[in-house]
Amino acid sequence: MNNPELENIIEIEGLNTWYGDRQILSDVSLNVVHKEIMVIMGHSGSGKSTLLRHMIGLNKPASGSIKLLDKEITNLERKELHKLRRRIGVAFQNGALFSSMSLQENVELPLHEHTKLDHNTIRIMSRLKLELMNLSESESLMPAELSGGMLKRAGLARAVVMDPEVLFFDEPSAGLDPVTSAELDDLILQLRDALNMTIVVVTHDLDSAFKIADRITVLDNGRQIITGSKDMIRNFPDPRIVNMLERKAMDELVDADDYINKLTR
Amino acid sequence: MSISRIQPLAIIENRLIRLGLAGLFLFETVKAILLPPYSIKPLIKQIAFIGARSMLVIVVAGLFVGMVIALQFYDTLLRFGSISLLGSAVGLSLIRELGPVITALMVIGRAGSAMCAEIGIMRVDNQIDALECMAIDPYRYLFSPRILAGIICVPILTAIFILVGIFGGYFVGVILFGVSPGSFFQGMSDTILNRDILMCFSKSFVFGLLIVWIACDKGFNLHLDKRGAYGSEGVSRITTESVVLSSMAILFSDYLLSSLIL
Repeated sequence: MNNPELENIIEIEGLNTWYGDRQILSDVSLNVVHKEIMVIMGHSGSGKSTLLRHMIGLNKPASGSIKLLDKEITNLERKELHKLRRRIGVAFQNGALFSSMSLQENVELPLHEHTKLDHNTIRIMSRLKLELMNLSESESLMPAELSGGMLKRAGLARAVVMDPEVLFFDEPSAGLDPVTSAELDDLILQLRDALNMTIVVVTHDLDSAFKIADRITVLDNGRQIITGSKDMIRNFPDPRIVNMLERKAMDELVDADDYINKLTR
Repeated sequence: MSISRIQPLAIIENRLIRLGLAGLFLFETVKAILLPPYSIKPLIKQIAFIGARSMLVIVVAGLFVGMVIALQFYDTLLRFGSISLLGSAVGLSLIRELGPVITALMVIGRAGSAMCAEIGIMRVDNQIDALECMAIDPYRYLFSPRILAGIICVPILTAIFILVGIFGGYFVGVILFGVSPGSFFQGMSDTILNRDILMCFSKSFVFGLLIVWIACDKGFNLHLDKRGAYGSEGVSRITTESVVLSSMAILFSDYLLSSLIL
C-alpha cells in the first residue's frame, strides 16, 4: 500500500440479513477507509444497529461478504475472530459495563486478559483513558452509581483502552442531553486525530452526525439510500433524505377505505 | 390443516436443536476448563458464591431433615421392635438419598436461580456481546469457573448436610428418646458400605454439574428464545424455567444413578 490513507478498513459487499421472514438489511454495500469517521444514520428500526453487529461479527449474514481489516469475517472461526477483535473496540449504547466490577476494573479488564503487563502499568494505562474521558474522579465507583453519560464514556474508555485500530460506537447521543452529547462528539473527533483510529458511529442524531462524519450512510427500512460526504447528503434529492434533514415525518397518501380496513381488521 | 400437522414436528425439531446447543455449551465450557490459561481468582469467587454462602441454608436444612427422619424412623421402628436399627436407617437414608438430593435442591434455590438471572441480565444488557467484542471467551471467563465451583462445592455441601443431619438424628434418637449411643453409631458403621458413599458422591458431583450447566445455559442462550424473549420478562421466565428444569433433572438423574449403582 503506497497510500495508507486510502486503505479499506471495512468492505461490505451485497449484505443481506433476515430475522425469521423479515428482511432487516437488503443488499448493503459500503467501505470505510483508514482514519475515516463513517456515520450510519437512519430512524429506529432501519437496521443500522444490525449492520454494526454484522461488522463486528456478532451476527452472521444470510448472504454477502464483510471484510474487516482485510479478513473475511462471515466464515471466520471463533479463534480467528477473537484474534481480529483484539484490534477493534466496541462501545455499546448503554456502556455494557460489568455491574460486579468498579469502573476502573471494567476498563482494566481487556489489559489483564490480553497483556502480560504488570499491575501498575495497567493502572496507569487505564487512568490515561479515564482521564481522557473525564472520569478519573469516578474510577472507584460501581456502574450502578454512574449517570447515563458517564456510563457511555466509561464504555468508550474500555473500548479504547487497548488502542484499537477501529472503533465502533453505537448511539453515542441516545438518551443524553445536548451538552453531554456534544462533549462525546468532541471526544470522538479527538480519538481519531490523536490516536489515528478509524471510527464507525451509528446514530439517529443529525447534529452529531454532521459534526463528526467524514462520510455518512443513510439506511431506510434496511435499504441503503446513499453513502457519501456531508455535502452529497445535503444535496441529495431523495424525499426520504430531505424529510430526514428537515425532521419531517414521511407523508403517506392514505386511502380512507384502506385505513378503516386496517383498523377494523 | 397442513400447518397443524407440521407444528408438533417443528416443536420437536426446535427442542432437539436447543438440546444440541446446550450440549455444545457444555462442550465449549469443558474445553475451556481443560485448556490453559487457568485462573484461580474467579474460581475462588464462585466457590464463595455457590459454596460458602450456601452453608447456613445447608446446615439448617440438614439439621431439621436429620431430626425429622430420626423421629419418623423411631416411631416406625418402634412398631417392629427394632429400635437398634435407628442409626443405620438415619445414616443410610441421608447418605444415599436425602443428602445429595436436598442439598442439590437447596443449591438450585440459593445459587442456581441467582446465577441464571445474572447471566440472563448480562445477555440482555449486551455485557456478553461486550465480552465477545473484547475477545474474551465467555466460556472461559464466565462459565468454566462456575461449572468447576459447582462440581467442587455441591459434594462438599452434601457432606456437610449429611454430617449435620446425623447430628440432628443423634439429638432426637439418643438425647430425646434415649436410644443408646453405642447402638446408634455401631449400627451406622456396620451397615454403611463404601458403595453407599460412592453413590452419594457420584450423585452430588453430577447434580453440581447439572445445576450450573442448566442455569448458565438458560441465561446464556436467552436470546435464542423466540417467545418475546429479552427484557425483564425474558429473564424472569428463564429463571423460573431453569429452576424447574434443574429440579426435574436432579430427580430424574437421581433415579438413574441409583439404579445404575445398586
